[in-house]
Amino acid sequence: MNNGFSLGRVGAMVRRYVYLLRSSVPRILDLVYWPLVQMLTWGFLQTYLAKAPAAGPIAGRLGLAAGALIGAMLLWDILFRSQLGFSVSFLEEMWSRNIANLMMSPLRISEFILSLMVMSLIRLAIGIVPVSLLAIWFFGFNLWGLGLALGAFFANLVLAGWGLGLFVSGLVLRYGLAAESLVWTMMFLMLPLACVYYPVTILPPWLQVFAWALPPTYVFEGLRALLIHHEFRGDLMAEAFGLNLVIFAAAVIGFQLMLENARRAGSLLQTGE
Amino acid sequence: MQLAVPSASGAFEPADPAIEVEALTKRFKGVVAVDDLSFAVARGSVTGLLGGNGAGKSTTIGMIMGLVLPTSGKVRVLGIDMLRERHRVLARMNFESPYVDMPHRLSVRQNLEVFARLYGVAEIDARIAHLASDLAFEDLLDRPSGQLSAGQKTRVALAKALINEPAVLLLDEPTASLDPDTADWVRTHIENYRGGRRATILLASHNMREVERLCDRVIMLKQGRIVGDGSPEELLARFERSNLEEVFLDLARGRRQAQ
Repeated sequence: MNNGFSLGRVGAMVRRYVYLLRSSVPRILDLVYWPLVQMLTWGFLQTYLAKAPAAGPIAGRLGLAAGALIGAMLLWDILFRSQLGFSVSFLEEMWSRNIANLMMSPLRISEFILSLMVMSLIRLAIGIVPVSLLAIWFFGFNLWGLGLALGAFFANLVLAGWGLGLFVSGLVLRYGLAAESLVWTMMFLMLPLACVYYPVTILPPWLQVFAWALPPTYVFEGLRALLIHHEFRGDLMAEAFGLNLVIFAAAVIGFQLMLENARRAGSLLQTGE
Repeated sequence: MQLAVPSASGAFEPADPAIEVEALTKRFKGVVAVDDLSFAVARGSVTGLLGGNGAGKSTTIGMIMGLVLPTSGKVRVLGIDMLRERHRVLARMNFESPYVDMPHRLSVRQNLEVFARLYGVAEIDARIAHLASDLAFEDLLDRPSGQLSAGQKTRVALAKALINEPAVLLLDEPTASLDPDTADWVRTHIENYRGGRRATILLASHNMREVERLCDRVIMLKQGRIVGDGSPEELLARFERSNLEEVFLDLARGRRQAQ
């Protein structure tokens, strides 16, 4: 009998989430809908600003023609959707009152977390790939053209999304579906602080300290450096990666603690809608 | 109560109790749900935990499964300490409760398939087909689980609980909210499973007929404490009553004390 880590059990959970996703066309469409709406909104805004006569030299300095706005929007969506992809799969278990079945099964927490990560990537791919291709067609912005830099941006953003997703899922596990709204809203706390659409130097100095504590800040600064100055900032990516590892490890510990807390409170048998 | 001592090799022997509970206590914010409970369940037996609402049945089952952490005390299942090493034994256990559900949008077959994979079942299709035939839901296999009636859901939940042919089966009110015919049908299958597998079954219920029919032994709980323990016949004789419902009412209303 296999008492250790089992990829078979990870595969079983991923299979379940794929079945769940496949069973609902509206949910599949939802994965594409918001990224598409966002891409069109920011893409047209960028086109307008780049072409506005008064904006001329400023637009050039801001890298609008190079796609700084639409690029930032697409990367923000990778961050947000990776967290949602993780947390929504977890919420599916809570909505269906299935969490006790899982916790009573041989499934290990590490296997559960890995399956949520895999599912996050699948959901992310469904949403981002078609929208990024449409961005080429509509606005001539090729996210894939960022090459290896995109890989570094992607890895750091997804890791940050998983860290937050894991932490929020722990809160839902501990406090039940009363904490569900955090899944949908907590990432937006990061939107102003991670400096998605503007450089960190815009923030007051005291707030910059908090901004630099967030791994996505390094990614968005790195994107602007690449698009405006044509420079890949490997140092920023390395710092973001180190920070991500620390935050993800803290999220894993936090999730474990909240699971223990839920077991202590007896709430694993009481969760549900 | 003294826990059974494992064999000299430390391995679990057939003669050892399947479930051992020692001085188990659970407090929720100062409220005592389970109070210094000790008992051992013999291998191959069906034991009923009987008690009214809030007696501590579900909390006790939750602690035996490891889903609820005790405030103090010990639980061993098949010789394994459930607080420290529960992953060593989970593949040989399973449970069913009407308060736990499965994803509604998945078909019955998909739900069972996922659990079969989690439990490492070898012949998944054959096992699902056997259970569907045995529990008479072959026609439901491709229906979304959310579209099942209460009786159908119970049959599927029982199939999930039996998917890995568990040596220890924990049932929390398995026939709650079922009509008498379906409830009788479910009890028959629990009896059959126990007879065929020599499985150990711990059953929490407040249905006296169910307990009388299924259980070799009944542990009566009130406010988290054992107030009666013995075979149904022994309890009836001890309390000088003709059925367990009268015994239960005596205990629940404080007319008699455990002897």
